[in-house]
Amino acid sequence: MNILVIGLNHKTAPIEVREKVAFDGGRLTEALHMLTAASAIRESIILSTCNRVEIYAAVSDINSGVSEITKFISDYHAVSGDLLERSLYIHKAEEAVRHIYRVASSLDSMVVGEPQILGQLKDAYDAALNIKATGVYLNKLIRKSLSVAKRIRTETKIAESAVSISFAAVELAKKIFDDLSTKSFMLLGAGEMAELAARHLINSGVQDVYVTNRTTTRAEELAREFNGKVILFDNFPLELRYSDIVICSTGAPHYILKKDEMHRVMKERKQRPVFIIDISVPRNIDPGINDLDNVYLYDVDSLQGIVDTNIQERAKEAQKAEKIVDEEISAFVQWTSSLTATPTIVALRNRAEEIRRAELEKTLQKITPLEEDKIRSIEQLTAAIVNKLIHPPMAALKSEDENREQMLDLVQKLFNLEIKSDNHDKR
Amino acid sequence: MNIALNVLLFELALTFYFIATIAGIIEIFRGTKSSSRLALYLSVMGFLFHTANIVVRYVEGGHIPVTNMHEAASFFSWCVLILFFFHEFRYKLGLLSSFIMPIVFVFMFSSSVFPREIKVLSPELQSYWFGIHVILAFLGDAAFAMACGIGVMYLVQERFVKSRRLGGLFQKLPSLQSLDEINYHLITLGFPLLTFAMITGIIWANSAWGTYWRWDPKEVWSLITWLIYALVIHLRLTIGWRGRKAAILSIIGFALIVFAFFGVSLILKGKHVFM
Repeated sequence: MNILVIGLNHKTAPIEVREKVAFDGGRLTEALHMLTAASAIRESIILSTCNRVEIYAAVSDINSGVSEITKFISDYHAVSGDLLERSLYIHKAEEAVRHIYRVASSLDSMVVGEPQILGQLKDAYDAALNIKATGVYLNKLIRKSLSVAKRIRTETKIAESAVSISFAAVELAKKIFDDLSTKSFMLLGAGEMAELAARHLINSGVQDVYVTNRTTTRAEELAREFNGKVILFDNFPLELRYSDIVICSTGAPHYILKKDEMHRVMKERKQRPVFIIDISVPRNIDPGINDLDNVYLYDVDSLQGIVDTNIQERAKEAQKAEKIVDEEISAFVQWTSSLTATPTIVALRNRAEEIRRAELEKTLQKITPLEEDKIRSIEQLTAAIVNKLIHPPMAALKSEDENREQMLDLVQKLFNLEIKSDNHDKR
Repeated sequence: MNIALNVLLFELALTFYFIATIAGIIEIFRGTKSSSRLALYLSVMGFLFHTANIVVRYVEGGHIPVTNMHEAASFFSWCVLILFFFHEFRYKLGLLSSFIMPIVFVFMFSSSVFPREIKVLSPELQSYWFGIHVILAFLGDAAFAMACGIGVMYLVQERFVKSRRLGGLFQKLPSLQSLDEINYHLITLGFPLLTFAMITGIIWANSAWGTYWRWDPKEVWSLITWLIYALVIHLRLTIGWRGRKAAILSIIGFALIVFAFFGVSLILKGKHVFM
């Protein structure tokens, strides 16, 4: 049995291609049925997100598996083989395992460390599990990849810090203020990025929202959206004394808030801290304001600087994560090799023999002294019983039955067999 | 036998505080987001031995053990720890132990270099005012010690936010607002304690020596620290000296206390000298 990954992602295919081969969630069951109907494909999972479309499969033969899956994709979506050939990647065996681990741990994501993919993978797996499209191999592999992802999340800082400007702003706000829900927030002007940052702040608990803009209609629109109150643009310097967080993006070509003005505001506020985010380019807020006590001013560049450092930090952490992936691959490979019959058969025979010997000795000790030939016949009796008992499972394991892997797994579990340094899930 | 026991308990406490301090400092530089509670657990262990040490000395001496430098510094650390545990459980401030345990350790370590004999309190000092005065003064100073540690945390965190460089430490330290508020709470706790300590001290001085105020160096320094903290509270309430300025003042205030504690006793001498 071999593991196979065939798919495309944001790195290998543009959106035009990805949208053509995306699988509709509602019709996933049907697609999975079609896929598992192919002769070489024993188990399969379809993962379809906006950044990637991938098929994970356990196949009896690699080459026919590859051709069946590619044919399935091109038939199902009616796309030309040519187009697919340019975008599809194919990972086999160990590389396939590595790929799935990397996807689950978000090492292969557009934004490394973003956590959504794990949930998407779980959903894709559940969909396949529900209709029994998966078996021993993929069940084990996906569960393992979820635990690898979890390990990476706890052992590295890959998903730690904000990697977008608006998240960086929220993160900062939380380190300046204790409880955002008691803070008053003013949105000064409107720009796409300012709106996004405002939305993140409001999602993080800010309730008291004020909106102002040169054009009042736009301000009213935003106020409705954010459930806030409109204030007159000309009044904003007066309102500043009540605002703890200010996001500014007015498009004015000059500073609309100067240092001495802010100095006065701070006196009126009795120095209660203010967090000002100036998203406008050119800047609308005098940068010197940051020198005032209890005023924390961030402009686009300084937020971007934080984001960049965080991204670099993630890249560094990603290297650590790759090492963890490497370690975990060998654990999985060991498990698959434990699924070949020989070690299991040997272990089963040893286990049976072990039990027989132990029980025999116990009994012999109780009933000695006994003549030599009687001992021999008791031994023969026990050996015969044990051999007769384990013969059918051994024969089945040796057969080329197509469910052999499942049986191996089952026998190992039923008889509690330890196969090499195998990594059975303890869960 | 008892002397050996209290020394043993003291050394155990000191050792645990030392390891806790090291663990706390490592925690500052460890790059993870979640902070380990190892330093806290170690300090709890040390605190248990420390408490036993104080109880043994109390039983032996018949009075609260603050009559020499060894006892005073040790009892002071103990008071700081009580406040530290309270704040740790009440507010769960990240990295608090990393900034408080060094203060505790420094006092414990200085305590360890002074002679450890248990003295009998001279008759003139024997009064129930002694216990009240001492506990109020030590708890008040302990609150200022905590305020100092939290002030340092504030300055570090403020540096991160102002300079726009946000390292792993930034993630682990609490928000500026909570640091500032707790710093202020501690000062408003320490100030009345210090005030009452001075009042009881005056009453006690009168009953022991027949004068209320002798311009003893310790008295003068206490008055100076009292004025400093009065100023901190006053400036905050009137013109909003909070945040960085309040943090710096609380560090200066505690530096004065430390001087009053060691400097006055060792250099200037006076009635308050812990023998």
